[in-house]
Amino acid sequence: MKSLAELAAIREKMKDKVVLREGSGDIRVVVGMATCGIAAGARPVLNAFVEKVNEAGLTDKVTVSQTGCIGVCQFEPVVEVFEAGKEKVTYVKMTAEKAAEVVEKHLKGGEVISEYTITNAIS
Amino acid sequence: MIRSQVLVCGGTGCTSSGSKAVLAAFEEEIVKQGLDEEIKIVPTGCFGLCERGPVVIVYPEGTFYSRVQKDDVAEIVEEHLLKGRIVERLVYKDVAEDVKTELKDGFDPSKVSLNDTIFYKSQKRVALRNCGVINPESIDEYIAVDGYAALGKVLTEMTPEEVIKVVSDSGLRGRGGGGFPTGRKWSFTAANQADQKYVVCNADEGDPGAFMDRSVLEGDPHCIVEAMTICGYATGATEGYIYVRAEYPIAVKRLEIAIEQAKEYGLLGDNIFDSGFSFNLHIRLGAGAFVCGEETALMTSIEGNRGEPRPRPPYPAVKGLFGKPTTENNVETFANIPQIILKGADWFASMGTERSKGTKVFALGGKITNTGLVEIPMGTTLRKVIEEIGGGVPNGKKFKAAQTGGPSGGCIPASLIDTEIDYDNLTAIGCMMGSGGLIVMDEDNCMVDIAKFFLNFTVDESCGKCAPCRIGTMRMKEILEKITEGNGTLEDLDKLEELALYIKENSLCGLGQTAPNPVLATLKFFRDEYEAHVVDHKCPAGVCKALLNYTIIADKCKGCTKCARNCPVGAISGQVKQPHVIDNSVCIKCGACMDNCSFGAIIKG
Repeated sequence: MKSLAELAAIREKMKDKVVLREGSGDIRVVVGMATCGIAAGARPVLNAFVEKVNEAGLTDKVTVSQTGCIGVCQFEPVVEVFEAGKEKVTYVKMTAEKAAEVVEKHLKGGEVISEYTITNAIS
Repeated sequence: MIRSQVLVCGGTGCTSSGSKAVLAAFEEEIVKQGLDEEIKIVPTGCFGLCERGPVVIVYPEGTFYSRVQKDDVAEIVEEHLLKGRIVERLVYKDVAEDVKTELKDGFDPSKVSLNDTIFYKSQKRVALRNCGVINPESIDEYIAVDGYAALGKVLTEMTPEEVIKVVSDSGLRGRGGGGFPTGRKWSFTAANQADQKYVVCNADEGDPGAFMDRSVLEGDPHCIVEAMTICGYATGATEGYIYVRAEYPIAVKRLEIAIEQAKEYGLLGDNIFDSGFSFNLHIRLGAGAFVCGEETALMTSIEGNRGEPRPRPPYPAVKGLFGKPTTENNVETFANIPQIILKGADWFASMGTERSKGTKVFALGGKITNTGLVEIPMGTTLRKVIEEIGGGVPNGKKFKAAQTGGPSGGCIPASLIDTEIDYDNLTAIGCMMGSGGLIVMDEDNCMVDIAKFFLNFTVDESCGKCAPCRIGTMRMKEILEKITEGNGTLEDLDKLEELALYIKENSLCGLGQTAPNPVLATLKFFRDEYEAHVVDHKCPAGVCKALLNYTIIADKCKGCTKCARNCPVGAISGQVKQPHVIDNSVCIKCGACMDNCSFGAIIKG
């Protein structure tokens, strides 16, 4: 180790690997992963969220986690976005592609994609 | 891409309750479920709640599973990691009250993380900050949590004088028990010119019931490597020794790995960070002699001689290891250093009390619900430690006293439970911070017996070099035995006190100078108990066997013969359906009759 820059490079490289353990960020993305969710394809959705959040450099702001069945099995895969001080947003019938879009527009840009929300699906 | 991490405690406590098998089961199970690309299993150091081990934490949720056995692993993997359903039956549920109020819909374990529990919420983790958070065998993970950044800062931006000033200003005092200001210790060594100086880390943790140093070494070995290198730079030393007992195999192994990794990365060795500063580190294994925790005896042992103390002065800062100026600090003291450098003296000094800054780690043991390791700001009351963090005394028993500082310490009686724990307050009540063992005692503990236990320990561990310690402690032990056997006199109590003060004043090293403390403290706070042994020939706690008599209350005895059948020495006689009688000349006071009586007809006292 000859310079601080080398140390900083290792720190940057490793940071993503331990940041998960620092607890929750401001935004929590929760993917429904009960049997119904998994059957409808929640696994690729969850993985897409994890990957895209990392790519977008949002790991210290956004926590991606999973939950059980929330009771609207016909709309699975269901993804809920919790943000402090804001109303919960529920996305339904998610896919990996839609997940990438949510990360880009909603988590990064702050704009809810109403087309994918449960309110839109019901009305 | 890793979406979730499973931390499995690999500390000594959890290892002995089976965490190795749990770790292996997780590795196997995630492969079986095809999750090995998404889930990472991380072995860590001690989480602190050893009582509830093996401990498993799942992130990002922070779910805290306790007492996980290998047969539970498949369920956690399938339910939690695959389906996102938390395995509620294994979740540690002792959650802080304010968190419960926040969760309006009632208690939902999926929303509760490790940090919400009472045990963790009241703690302030500085020395233990990485224990149970990073993989202790990975230098990369240590670097990711700002590891070696303090060393980089010191070597590239600061002069040795500036480093010592920061440590002095922080108010850090020696955590091994003495409480000597660390900055001042460093400045003494720095001021002495010599061709060679040394840094020594005292990891010879020997107090019965103390295991905080072990946990730091096992959970965060790199922080000790980093801190010792910083100390070397500040004091002008280029060689360091870690003296650790051979009974700590996991700690030794992880230290060896840490030193190897640091060497590989050039964080130990020649010309670190291109600063021109070089530092090397060696491990020396102690054979477990208590006296080697005393700094001069420790150095004598490193030199390859029998571990015996030498007179001071000359102090180690002048003439220490191999006759050269040496700085010797305890593990926990070193563990604070990198954070002080990175966050500044003011940050550290903002915690604690006026003359005791920062935090202190305590090993909670004895009659307490949450046996384990806690780190609290100085000035926290004993009540908070025992009743809140420690979860109180189990089985509805009454708290009697807390023993601090092991065989060198004293005890805090229940009447002083609101004492704010810091160096000066403990000294003021005739107690001692010590290294941090905190043994909780309830009404079933006999204080004379406790004093005798510690005296037995010091008699065994006295190195024999000086007479006050070698002979004096033996005589004290004999008097205590006399008292617990019911043959003591009131003069014995005075003799005990006189002897204690004499040994304190005249012993060569810390071992002898502090050995009488448990007796002096118990005499001070529990003299009535001593007097009960001497005058009434009774042991109020019912511990001292010679003073104990089991009696059958004739009115309550139904004559079922169960006690007589269970007595191993045939001391109980009586006819069926007639009250039985115990022959005390035969009775060995094992208590089997009392345990077996269904009618509560047998009493002891």
